[in-house]
Amino acid sequence: MKYLLDITGLTVSYYTDIGRAIALNQVDLKLKQGEKLGLVGESGSGKSTMGLAMMRMIKPPGKVEGGSVVIGGVEMLQLSDKEMLKKRLSTISYIPQGAMNSLNPVLKIKRQMIDAYKAHYPNHKLDQVLQLAHEAMTSVELPEHVLEMHPHELSGGMKQRVCIAIGILLRPQIIIADEPTSALDVVTQRQVIETLNRVQQKIGSALILIGHDMGLMAQSMDKVAVMYAGEIVEINDVQTIFTNPKHPYTQALISSLPRLQNRGEFRGIPGMAPSLYRLPNGCRFHPRCNQQQPQCQTTSPHKSVFEDEKYVTCHLYEAS
Amino acid sequence: MFVLKRLLFVILVVWSASTITFFIPRISDINPIRERFAELARLGGFSAGELETIVASYSKAFGLDKPLMQQYFDYIGGVMTLDFGVSLNKFPKTVLMLIAESLPWTIGLILVTTILSFVIGNLVGALAAWPLSPRWVRGISTSFILFQGVPPVLLAILLIFFVAFKLNILPIAGAYSIGTIPDFTFEFILDVLRHQILPGIALIFGSLGTWVLSMRGMGITIQGEDYVVFAEHKGLSSYTIFKDYYLRNALLPQVTAFALALGNVITSAIVVETIFGLPGLGFVLITAIRSNDFLVIYGIVLFITITVAVLMALVELLYPLLDPRVRQGQE
Repeated sequence: MKYLLDITGLTVSYYTDIGRAIALNQVDLKLKQGEKLGLVGESGSGKSTMGLAMMRMIKPPGKVEGGSVVIGGVEMLQLSDKEMLKKRLSTISYIPQGAMNSLNPVLKIKRQMIDAYKAHYPNHKLDQVLQLAHEAMTSVELPEHVLEMHPHELSGGMKQRVCIAIGILLRPQIIIADEPTSALDVVTQRQVIETLNRVQQKIGSALILIGHDMGLMAQSMDKVAVMYAGEIVEINDVQTIFTNPKHPYTQALISSLPRLQNRGEFRGIPGMAPSLYRLPNGCRFHPRCNQQQPQCQTTSPHKSVFEDEKYVTCHLYEAS
Repeated sequence: MFVLKRLLFVILVVWSASTITFFIPRISDINPIRERFAELARLGGFSAGELETIVASYSKAFGLDKPLMQQYFDYIGGVMTLDFGVSLNKFPKTVLMLIAESLPWTIGLILVTTILSFVIGNLVGALAAWPLSPRWVRGISTSFILFQGVPPVLLAILLIFFVAFKLNILPIAGAYSIGTIPDFTFEFILDVLRHQILPGIALIFGSLGTWVLSMRGMGITIQGEDYVVFAEHKGLSSYTIFKDYYLRNALLPQVTAFALALGNVITSAIVVETIFGLPGLGFVLITAIRSNDFLVIYGIVLFITITVAVLMALVELLYPLLDPRVRQGQE
């Protein structure tokens, strides 16, 4: 078993009054143990949907319509609801976006860790639980007395670290962190990301970091997957993504990053991301693409796979 | 400190309520004693000529001849020792005795129905908003909300007509069957309970819909909260999420509403008690109003005010135990 995480053909749609919105379309992703992947893309490109689909937390009107999510040889989408409950947090854990409000205001931090633990190991003794809770707090560099506190007594950065501590409590194989730093100032952001990296290394799990912050990705990720309109358009080494991007969208994304050399200039990508209800024919990016080919308007591009499951989805690279 | 503040507040409420109840009857020209005896005279009790002498002597007996401020301090002193004066209508009985006789009936009815209504209403409301609940829960909640539109008065009359009169399964009115002697035997208690069912139902359905409706709204808000979603990510069972993450938080504003509702409950209880002929506080109050028994009216109004003020203070003291954020604010 080479890959810890193996997602193939994952498709998720939301059914609303306006129609069907395809939030994820035939997404493939493979991840090895201990690997760190950054998942980037515009708002609405399907990053969070992907994380939620792995957790099997897509709620109506959303629906997983196809594909498979295999973690450590187990097909997640085939598990019963009860079995899936056991997998959450222990095999795959999700550190939420809004850490500010992700802790129950009326319960002590300790209690919120205990109930997470008890849900998975109902027969274990309380001191074992507390031992793990203390370890988790040490890993995120919070003093132990925080366990006895209520969420409103903590700062934003502390709350985020408590969420990370809860996320790693059961030493999951995969950690999904959904924009864990979006509500924090840059200094706290760095601390939180460093904490996340350290605990990831300590427990040896794979990490999927969802976010917009390209700088953050460049600093600490091994691989970056770029999403556009519900598809992964390119997945590559962090080095390659930044120095030699393949997909025209990735190229435009990288070149739109502000640089110190040419200040004052701020370039974007012309046009708008398409509505998920009315996607263009052919390649989803073709209306905004500067290297458009005739076939882009009519046929969807296939994956061009390089070594180690890296790929780009673009006609330019299709073997002709 | 927090407790002390609450206590001071209760004292302030009681003081202002008793001051108001003291001055209102004295603003008007009507002398309740003269009114009472004039009425007796009209009914042919005695000759009207002696009226003024009798009024004067009774006024002296009630201390109404003293200066106003003196009367006021006597009155406040009386309130502090729960002495609200004597009934004009049932003369030797004091207001406190009348309250003491009727209070158990009212407390039994109000307390049980209010708590039942709060518990059932909030549970059904919370379940109605919970996405995993079966469909019929939503059906029940809707019918409870519909019942809310029916005033307790009408509901009481409908219940009497259909359940008691037509079907004849439960007694029509009264606190216990005529002819039985109040006693602490099993039969008597059962008899009393049978008599309380219909007024109880009328009262419960009068307030159930409010709880269901407000709790359902609250529940929908809480469900979208990040901490409920994160609890799902933690793999908690839906029972734990419902109990500790969802209900616990949704209930907080409801507890405040409960304290506020206590005042209203007494009003509807008065109506229901009158319809069912229960010898409770409301019934005594209505009788007093009909017979211009001023001291009883003011005594009962004041008593209700004190009770509500104390209960609200109790709820507020309970609140920090439920919400740690309030606990910190008071430190």
